[in-house]
Amino acid sequence: MADVTQLIHDYLRHNKKFPHVFCAGCGHGIVLGSLIRSVHALGLPKDDVVLVAGIGCSGRMAVYVDFNTVHTTHGRALTFATGIKMANPKLKVICVMGDGDALSIGGNHLIHAARRNIGVTALILNNHIYGMTGGQCSSATPQGDISMTTPFGSLEKAFDIADMCKAAGASYVARGTSFHAIQLDRLISTAIMHPGFSVVEVFSPCPTQYGRKNKFRNAVDMYKWLKSNTVKVETLKDPDQKPADGRIPIGVFRDVEEPGLEERYFELQRKLMGQNR
Amino acid sequence: MSVQRKKRKRRELFALGNEAVAEGALLAGCSFYAGYPITPSTEIMEVMANRLPLIEDGVFIQMEDEIASMGATIGASLAGRKAMTATSGPGFALMQEHIGYACMVEAPLVVVNVMRGGPSTGLPTSPAQADVQMARWGTHGDHPIIVLSASNVQECLEMTVTAFNFAEKYRTPVILLLDEVTAHTREKITVPDPDEVEILSRVEPTVPPEWFKPYADTARGVPAMAPIGSGYRTHVTGLTHDVMGYPTQRPDEVKDAMLRLFRKIDQYYGDIQMADEYMLDDAEVAVVAYGSVARSAHLAVEQARERGAKAGLLTLKTLFPFPRPAVERLTHRCHTVVVPEMNMGQMSREVKRVNNGRTKVRTINRVDGQIITPSEILKAIL
Repeated sequence: MADVTQLIHDYLRHNKKFPHVFCAGCGHGIVLGSLIRSVHALGLPKDDVVLVAGIGCSGRMAVYVDFNTVHTTHGRALTFATGIKMANPKLKVICVMGDGDALSIGGNHLIHAARRNIGVTALILNNHIYGMTGGQCSSATPQGDISMTTPFGSLEKAFDIADMCKAAGASYVARGTSFHAIQLDRLISTAIMHPGFSVVEVFSPCPTQYGRKNKFRNAVDMYKWLKSNTVKVETLKDPDQKPADGRIPIGVFRDVEEPGLEERYFELQRKLMGQNR
Repeated sequence: MSVQRKKRKRRELFALGNEAVAEGALLAGCSFYAGYPITPSTEIMEVMANRLPLIEDGVFIQMEDEIASMGATIGASLAGRKAMTATSGPGFALMQEHIGYACMVEAPLVVVNVMRGGPSTGLPTSPAQADVQMARWGTHGDHPIIVLSASNVQECLEMTVTAFNFAEKYRTPVILLLDEVTAHTREKITVPDPDEVEILSRVEPTVPPEWFKPYADTARGVPAMAPIGSGYRTHVTGLTHDVMGYPTQRPDEVKDAMLRLFRKIDQYYGDIQMADEYMLDDAEVAVVAYGSVARSAHLAVEQARERGAKAGLLTLKTLFPFPRPAVERLTHRCHTVVVPEMNMGQMSREVKRVNNGRTKVRTINRVDGQIITPSEILKAIL
C-alpha cells in the first residue's frame, strides 16, 4: 500500500494548492489513481502525456497531476485533444470527461472522434448526474431516476455509451467501474496504447448528488451495488445481448487494430511529398 | 520588411481575396488549419486543404462544426503550431465561447470572418459589415482583442500576415474581418519572397522547467509560451488562474491576471492601431471607411477633389483597438466626417464616441446586401 501511495505522489503536482474538490465517497479519485498506475506501468514519460479535461467534477482532475494538462470548455475537450494530437502525434493524449460533458453537450464531438478514429483515449467518468452544478439529470441518468431537474423521475432513456461509440466507429470500447480497480488499470493501459480512438466508460459513484436522491444510504452502498449489478462481458454467452437480469456488462466490447487518423494523415503526407520531389 | 540582397522570388497571382488570405497564412508560417465549410469563406479552407498536406508537418482537418474547429485550432496553438480557422457569421457566432477561452489562456491564433448579410442565415452570398461589434464583444466577459480588416486582395494577404504576427507577438487571438466583396474579388496580387517579409513567432521559455511560471508578468506583459510536449508540463485552464496557471479566486491574483491581459494590448496601441491616410492633409471632409467600402470611398474622394471639394479618406485597417488618435485628429480638423458602412452604424458609434460632439458625423448605412457605391459617398461629401 505504501508503494502505491508513493507512486501516486510521484505523479501529483506538489506546487498545486490542495485539497482537491472531490467529495467523500466520490469514484473519480479511484479513476485518477488507476490512470496514474497505468501511465507508470506503461513507462510513459510525463512529458509525453497530455491530459485534456472538460468541465465538471471530472474536469478538475487535470490540475492535480504532473502531466501536460489542459482544462478546456464544457463538452469540447475532444476537439482540443484532436488539435493537439494532429499537431504533435508523438504525444499520448488522454481526454477526461464526465457523462454530461461527453454525452449531452459534447455528444457530437464524441461520435465524430469515434468516426475519425483519432488516436486519443477518451475516459468517460459516468456518475449519471451533473455533480458540480448540484445534481441535475444528464443524458446518462437512468430512466425513472430522481435528480434536481427530474424531481418526479426522469422520463428519458439514458445513452449506452459503449453501444453508441461502437456504432460510431471507435476501434476500442470498454467499460469498467470504480469498484473493479484492478480491471480498470488493465482497461486504461490497453486503451492508452491502442492506436486510433479508444473509449473507456467508467461507472464512478456520486454519493452526494446522485446516491442520496436515489435510495443509496451511503457511498459504500453504491460500491456494493457496482459489485453485485455488473457482470464480466467475457462470461456472457452472447456478448451482444444485454443480460436478462439487468446486470451491466463490463470489460472490453471492441478491440480492433485500425490506424488512427493521424497515422493515416501523415502517411498520406509522406506519399504526397515523395511524389512532389 | 527587411532588405535582402539575393534575388527575390516574388510571385504574381490572379487571386480571390479568400485565396490571398490562404497565401498570407502560409507565408506567415501557418501549419495548422481546422475548419468547417461556410459561404462565403470556404475558398480559404479549400486552398488550405490542397496546400497544407504538401508542406512538411502541415495539418489540415475538417471538423464537425465551428465549435470543434476553434477547439482544434486552440489545441494546435497550445501544441506550438501557428494555427488558423476561417468562417462566416453563423459559424463565428458558434466560435465565440472558444474565442474567449483563447483570450483567457492567451493562445495565439487567427480567426478569419468573411462577413455576410445577417442576422441568422441572412444573405449567405451578399456582403455586409455587421459583425464588427460581435468581433469586439462577442465572447462573454471583459477582454481585449485585436480585430483587423482588409479592403482589397493584396491587403487580404498582407493583413493575414499581420494578424499572425500580432497573434504571436501578443499571445492573443486575432480576428480578421473581411466582407463578401473583398473575399470574392479576383485581382492581381504579388506574393512576396518569404525572406522579404517580417515573420514573428511566440517567445518560448529559456529557464529550466522547475523555474518556469507560465503566466508570469513581464515588461511586455506577454509571458513566454511553452508548447505542449516540450518538457514544461504546464496547466492550461479557462478558469481565472494565477501565474502558475492554477485556478484562483484570490482577489489580488484575479485582478493582476485580468489587468495584465488588458495591459499587454493597451500599452502597444501605437503598434497595433493601423490606418491609411489618403489626401487628408488639407481635408475639410473626411471619410472613415474599412473593407470594400473603403474602395468606393477612395473613388468618391477622387471625384470630390475633381469638383473642388477638399475631401480625404481614412481607411481603418485595425478596427479594434479602435484607432482613436487617427480619427480624433480628423474630428479636430474637418467640418464633417462621413462614415459609410454596410450595417446600421457599428463603427460610426466608435467614431461618434471619439468625436464627442466636436464635429458633424454623417453616416451612410446599407443593410440590403448591396455595396455602398462611390456616388452615394460622393453625395454625402458634397
